[in-house]
Amino acid sequence: MIPARRWLPMALLVGLVGGTALVGVQRQVDRTRAGYATAGQLLYLSSPEWVKRLALGYDGLLACLYWTRAVQHYGRAHLGARQYPLLYPLLDITTTLDPELVIAYRFGAIFLSEPPPHGAGRADQAIELLQKGIRHNPDYWYFWYDLGFLYYRSLKDYPRAAQAFAEGARNPKAGPWMKVMAARIAAEGGDRRWARFLWTELYKSTENQYIRKNAFDHLYGLQVDDDIEFLEALLARYQRSTGQPAASFEPLVAAGLLRGLPLDPAGYPYRLGADGRVRLDPESLITTSSRGREP
Amino acid sequence: MPRVAAIALNTFREAVRDRVLYNLIVFALLLIGTAILFGQISIGVERLIVINLGLTAVTFFGLAIAIFIGIGLVYKEMDQRTLYVLLAKPVRRVEFILGKFCGLGLTLLVNTALMAAGFFLALYYVQGKVSLPDPNLLAALYFVFLALLLATALALFFSCFSSPVLSAALTFALFIGGSLADDLRELGRMVEVPWVKAVGEGVYYVIPNFRNFNIISSVAQGHPVPPALLWQNTAYAALYIGLVLAASALIFQNRNLK
Amino acid sequence: MPAIEIADLTKDYPLGFWRQRRHRALDRLTLTVEAGEVFGLLGPNGAGKTTTLKLLMRLIYPTAGTAHLLGRPFTDIDVHRRLGYLPEAPYFYQYLTAREFLDYCGQLFGQSKADRRRRVGELLEQVGLVEAADVALRFFSRGMLQRAGIAQALINDPELIFLDEPMLGLDPIGRREVRDLILRLRAAGKTVCFSTHVLPDAESLCDRVAILNRGGLHGLGSLGEILAIQVKANEVLVGQASPVLVEALRRLSDNVRLIGDKLSLTVPDEQLYAVLDCIRAQGGRLLAVNPVRASLEDYFYEKFGTEKVPELTGGV
Repeated sequence: MIPARRWLPMALLVGLVGGTALVGVQRQVDRTRAGYATAGQLLYLSSPEWVKRLALGYDGLLACLYWTRAVQHYGRAHLGARQYPLLYPLLDITTTLDPELVIAYRFGAIFLSEPPPHGAGRADQAIELLQKGIRHNPDYWYFWYDLGFLYYRSLKDYPRAAQAFAEGARNPKAGPWMKVMAARIAAEGGDRRWARFLWTELYKSTENQYIRKNAFDHLYGLQVDDDIEFLEALLARYQRSTGQPAASFEPLVAAGLLRGLPLDPAGYPYRLGADGRVRLDPESLITTSSRGREP
Repeated sequence: MPRVAAIALNTFREAVRDRVLYNLIVFALLLIGTAILFGQISIGVERLIVINLGLTAVTFFGLAIAIFIGIGLVYKEMDQRTLYVLLAKPVRRVEFILGKFCGLGLTLLVNTALMAAGFFLALYYVQGKVSLPDPNLLAALYFVFLALLLATALALFFSCFSSPVLSAALTFALFIGGSLADDLRELGRMVEVPWVKAVGEGVYYVIPNFRNFNIISSVAQGHPVPPALLWQNTAYAALYIGLVLAASALIFQNRNLK
Repeated sequence: MPAIEIADLTKDYPLGFWRQRRHRALDRLTLTVEAGEVFGLLGPNGAGKTTTLKLLMRLIYPTAGTAHLLGRPFTDIDVHRRLGYLPEAPYFYQYLTAREFLDYCGQLFGQSKADRRRRVGELLEQVGLVEAADVALRFFSRGMLQRAGIAQALINDPELIFLDEPMLGLDPIGRREVRDLILRLRAAGKTVCFSTHVLPDAESLCDRVAILNRGGLHGLGSLGEILAIQVKANEVLVGQASPVLVEALRRLSDNVRLIGDKLSLTVPDEQLYAVLDCIRAQGGRLLAVNPVRASLEDYFYEKFGTEKVPELTGGV
């Protein structure tokens, strides 16, 4: 028998050294496997029906598992490869296992349709997923909202967007603005007001940090679009009044048209190009403006 | 050291003569055989299915063997008091633990080799030809063997202080948990509470990460195994097994035998 | 140099869900066994005999106290090279044959293959298992297992041998063989320490005994010393007893029994010669005079038999 005072320090030392070495090796393994992981790794089985069968009734648990994998896949790919080939399969399996996991449908609606680098750029898959969600959750009117928003921003299909909003508006629990959107979007789709409104509603409707950040980015982008419109109008005014185009914003400041050099919402200065168009600073963090980065 | 070898060989001999072992291997081979039938269902994926199902069968039946014999390693000797006779000889307790582990490792090696042979036979059947074993498949089998050694060490550890049923349950639970280690960590990360995240990270590193050793679907798809993974997994297994055996030796050393 | 020296050896077992109480299985045992002795550990069940042997073999660890075996501290694992041990009612590896099992034991001592083969052969003959040498141990009867156990205890030709209930499960022939074996070992200069609660065995074999009860030492020494006080009477067997003789004897002893056509009576020492005179005078036929020594059994019953089972109390 070894008394405690003799084995305890040795055991702690061995445990500490061994444990540290173990953690180190595990990290190496993680690195190697990150480069190596393929579809098979995360999916195991690519058929949602088979997964459900093999779940042996633990559908909910497996749904959680696959949901975390979907988010993990998105998070990792977003930082790295910027491609999301597994997103749809994983979400498909998740929603087959638990058809009422609404966050999975909503997440897919956003990030499947979002163009690269922020999403898969597959609006068709997003629509399919949402329609599946609607089938299984007919009372969840938010899906109609998501679908309408999808048609609006990704496909610019304003009539279909209006239809979706109208469907959703029929649910007595729907927000009153759904009717408004249904009425106005067909005609005034190009108006940025609606885009701003929809992104704001989206932000308010969820707790998911990825979706919220995405909405926020888009709102910034819209702000940039507004700013650029404003600045270009200002430049036009300056040109009209002085007969010459401005080479930079300084003359506008000197003329009292601007209070200071204009900055985008991220704090980076706007650039005036040789062709007279206003653009974002190349370093700026805002990536979602439709006008800020035109070539 | 010669005593450790003597104990190891005796353990191996005892395991080999236990008939249950043969039943498990027969079942494994049957399962691998049925993989061929599955393959007939969808043309073109026979190889995929045989590899996936075959290697998974080797894993799970190997796990059954490892647990089944592993839990009996110490408990059976204590219960049947063969241990009294053994420790009355000039045998140190740690030599007993090491000898037992090596003996079972040897048993596992033989079993895995047998099942692997069956697996390759099935593979050649669906391929329609005999070829040199694909080194990636051999790597996958090697990793399965490492995982089984780790499970054995865990079973041995538990059997130093628990009943057979509890030891089996705990070892199996650790295997499942360890196979889901990545997911557990992600779950922890998704919750926006800092201490939950920390716990998730902690669990991830403490739990035996059996996911490391599972490259079955990748080799089934034909992806080459990164060479670095070979030594990394070996190092991980060696370190983890070393720690578990050390803990087992310590517990067993201080144990009053009933 | 004494073969065994035990000093204040104590073993407590924790009891209760929170392990707050203690059961003292052995209480400060102190004794010495000289080399070449046959020493008996006696006592009723639960006395602490097996506990003592397990403590000496380091199968369990003492709460306090030390011991020395063959001059070395009992913590030295290498002293096991010179020890032999047979546990109580042992099992052995089910799937080995007797020969393989003994060979395995030999390997653990580092014996060479040739040595092992020779030694195993000798022992199998010595314990009478030659025919069953290649039969798997799981088919052995209790008695055969006992003999295999004795064989493995002797595989290394030990100087000091511990046997825990060596006669257990043996038929009279087997028991006689074990007794003879122990005597042979003593003749060869070995020290044998065995525990038993079969008292006649102890009486016929042991040089000295220790008597344990509920963890405490109640007697130590040669049997003669321990039982000296108890020698009290003689049993007289008489034949051809006439009624007059029977009457006379009844006056001298109150324990007269008729067994068939013989008369048996117990006579205290002081009265013995008076009784013999009486028998001679009355023409009876003296068949036997046997001193009735109190057996160990009586000693036990007297000392321990009437005690109530105590409460297991806590504390030291």
